[in-house]
Amino acid sequence: MADQDTGAPVAPAAPKPPWEEKPVPATPQDAREHPQVRELAEHVADAILEAVEFAGQITVTVSLERLVEACRACKDRLGYGYLVDLTAVDWKDRAEGRFDIVYWLHRHAGEQRLRLKVRVAEGAEAPTVTTVWKTANWMEREVFDMFGVYFAGHPNLERILTWEGFNGHPLRKDFPIEGIDTGAAIYPDVYPPGGGPVSGGEEGA
Amino acid sequence: MTTPWMTYLLVPLIKIVVILVVLILLAAYLSWFERRILAFMQIRIGPNRVWPKGWLQAIADALKLFSKEDVIPARAEKLVFLLGPVLATAPALIVFSVIPFGPTDMFRLTDVNIGILFILGVASVGIYGIILGGWASNNKFSLMGGLRSAAQLISYEVPMGFAVVTVVLMANSLSLVKIVEAQKAQHVWFAFPGWLAIPGLIAFFIYFICGVAETNRNPFDLPEAESELVAGFHTEYSGMKFAFYFLAEYANMVVIASIATVLFLGGWLRPFPNVAALAFLDVIPPIVWFFAKVAVFLFVYIWFRGTFPRYRFDQLMALGWKVFIPVSLINLMAVGLGILLLGGPR
Amino acid sequence: MTERAPVHLSADSEEMEISFGPQHPATHGVLRVMVKIDGERIVETKPVIGYLHRGTEKIFERETYNGCIPHTDRMDYTAAATNNQGLVGAVEKMMGITIPPRAAYIRMMLAELQRIASHTIWLGTHALDIGAQSPFFYTFEEREKILDLYEEYCGARLTLNAMRVGGQPFDLPAGWTDRCRAFIDQLPAKIADWERLLTKNRIWKLRTVGIGVMSGADAIEWGLTGPPLRGSGVKWDVRKVFPYDHYEEMEFDIPIGTNGDTYDRYLVRMEEMRQSVRIVRQCLDRLPDGPVMAKVPKVIKPPKGEAYFSVEGPKGELGYYVVSDGTDKPYRLHVRPACFINLQALPELVRGHLIADLIAVIGTLDIVLGEIDR
Repeated sequence: MADQDTGAPVAPAAPKPPWEEKPVPATPQDAREHPQVRELAEHVADAILEAVEFAGQITVTVSLERLVEACRACKDRLGYGYLVDLTAVDWKDRAEGRFDIVYWLHRHAGEQRLRLKVRVAEGAEAPTVTTVWKTANWMEREVFDMFGVYFAGHPNLERILTWEGFNGHPLRKDFPIEGIDTGAAIYPDVYPPGGGPVSGGEEGA
Repeated sequence: MTTPWMTYLLVPLIKIVVILVVLILLAAYLSWFERRILAFMQIRIGPNRVWPKGWLQAIADALKLFSKEDVIPARAEKLVFLLGPVLATAPALIVFSVIPFGPTDMFRLTDVNIGILFILGVASVGIYGIILGGWASNNKFSLMGGLRSAAQLISYEVPMGFAVVTVVLMANSLSLVKIVEAQKAQHVWFAFPGWLAIPGLIAFFIYFICGVAETNRNPFDLPEAESELVAGFHTEYSGMKFAFYFLAEYANMVVIASIATVLFLGGWLRPFPNVAALAFLDVIPPIVWFFAKVAVFLFVYIWFRGTFPRYRFDQLMALGWKVFIPVSLINLMAVGLGILLLGGPR
Repeated sequence: MTERAPVHLSADSEEMEISFGPQHPATHGVLRVMVKIDGERIVETKPVIGYLHRGTEKIFERETYNGCIPHTDRMDYTAAATNNQGLVGAVEKMMGITIPPRAAYIRMMLAELQRIASHTIWLGTHALDIGAQSPFFYTFEEREKILDLYEEYCGARLTLNAMRVGGQPFDLPAGWTDRCRAFIDQLPAKIADWERLLTKNRIWKLRTVGIGVMSGADAIEWGLTGPPLRGSGVKWDVRKVFPYDHYEEMEFDIPIGTNGDTYDRYLVRMEEMRQSVRIVRQCLDRLPDGPVMAKVPKVIKPPKGEAYFSVEGPKGELGYYVVSDGTDKPYRLHVRPACFINLQALPELVRGHLIADLIAVIGTLDIVLGEIDR
């Protein structure tokens, strides 16, 4: 560039530091050619339905029937020995299955992470992965409690955060955030219909 | 002009009243001192409000406990429930009838020639108070706590007894007054005997540590720790009955401290009682020396509480049976052998 | 040394089931542990949680992203700064925001001070449960000073709400760095004091050595993170493995233990406090100037997609899994709670020990029910 008055060259304006630029949000990319996905495909290629990379993290969607096999391949053969997190997302009214169960894995050799997902329809059972990673025990209990997804083969699938007798699955999208009537809906023989602690029935305040 | 009535009834009665009042006040104020001293060790202040500057706190606590509702659990064994605190407190107070606070007859209630034996016997009765209290509460956890406490107390009585026998061997008498006089005659406090230097010190430490265990104090206070599963034998007690257990604990502390003073630290004797150069220390009356030494022990009790974590119950019992008993036994045999070799007690 | 007795049920064993908690001075919150004991030996334990469940993850779906931050404070309420850091980090990752270095340094300082503050609570309560009553007061004195620093910075002592998506809401007040420096300069001597009281104490060692042992491989299997993992010998810390803010520029060590018992976890946390002091000192020395907030849109709308971001909280790896549907409210915001997963290993850790050890192990896991139950 040149200065318009004198014609002397002017240094280009210094680039602005990244925090003063407009941020560029992450975009999803297809990741089937990513090395971590290719490794997994060597073992359970036909179980992989989709592979996406977003914000630097790989998500592989596997089919429900081959889930335990894929997890075992991840743990035993690919070295993902640390199950960081297991959770679910409720996509209400989605055709391929209401719930996404998400498994976030970590491999100590190489410090890499991988996300596995399965789609579970409402009322369908998901297989447990407690036989693969012991830490999945309470995590699956929480998913059961919050979403109502039943895990076949789980050693003690009980509610963990809500109380025994609670009737509902709070993190589903159709569960109201104000809560449900915790009186009559759950203990019909104790509280009259419409009565109970939440709506101020005869018992208690 | 003293009639037998005076000698045998009036004077002892006065002495009993004085001793009891002083002792109960001392035990009550010990709890306040403990709270203050612990507080200073923990960079806080402790109770300093009740006029003046907190000095009446102990009285306030006693009044509070007095005025509480008298609760007896529904299915508790009533008579035994009431007997528990009594059996815990009475022995602690009775022991003071034979402890000499000073050189002459005025400073003691009586001098029994089996003094130390009497003390050991009476103090053992206090354990009943704990067992019965735990059992009579009709509470699974109280019972467990009471049994644990009793097991601890019984176990630690053995090494304590051996330590005491060591002193008896050195003084050649069971009477407490004669023990103190023997310390004067032998120019040495039995904690640091001139000959046989080590066994006396070992006996002293064993006696004191076992004494801490005997009174259920930190680091041996698992049976009554709040953060444990079992709440202790005095869970169901409230009000005046609880006050008695409380009093019994602090009175026992004073008992252990007093006996340790008499047996090992020369009782009412000033340091180096036979050294003429230190005769100027005689302006301090002997009873003050006695209580000063007792105060040192009580301070160490409180210091322990502010410092140590507590032993787990099995570690506590292992310590008593596997460490203290063998050590005190060997110590005793060493002292006996030493006395024999040195030609009998002086 | 405690031997773990092999646990077998004989025909005439008298097993008792005791419910320990939820109201109990030693359970650090509303935790209930059903303990099956045979005499004094623990046969099986079953932690029962959920007494503090407040539906935080459901609330997240109703709030904007910056509005979720106060709710994160209340999960692990003893370590609010690292909670905040996780959430804002996750959103920034999705939106591609780089925060100014000054903001990153402030975040690091707040997080490391928070680590010290959380470990002081741990030490005080752990020692108190085991019977040493005095360290509690000494450690809380130091925590007070940290809370005063926080109060100066963001107005709150406990539930800080001290970070926003894109940087920091406030710059450091005048003199804050001097006060912070004065505090950390006197802290190592205090830590040495606390160590002098406990580390070589025979009774402390009797109560903690050999209690609650877990091998490194088991720890990874059970998903343990934080001091429970490092105490078992696995040198793994999110700050080193996936560095965030400017941790890659900081020099600090990761302490690890050898035996995986309660004593090692105690030593690991004490050393972590010293390393945190080191990090704060480096931050103070190198604190850059500049803005504290990046250029972010007024309404935070991450793109459709999902991301996971974790920080090394005082309790372990604290992660946030954000699923966004393009609106300004999260579609799903899940927290990976370190204490929840650490607590899961409790039955494994106490099997065969005595009842008194249960309390030592609960203390060594350093659980906060707010994070466990959310």
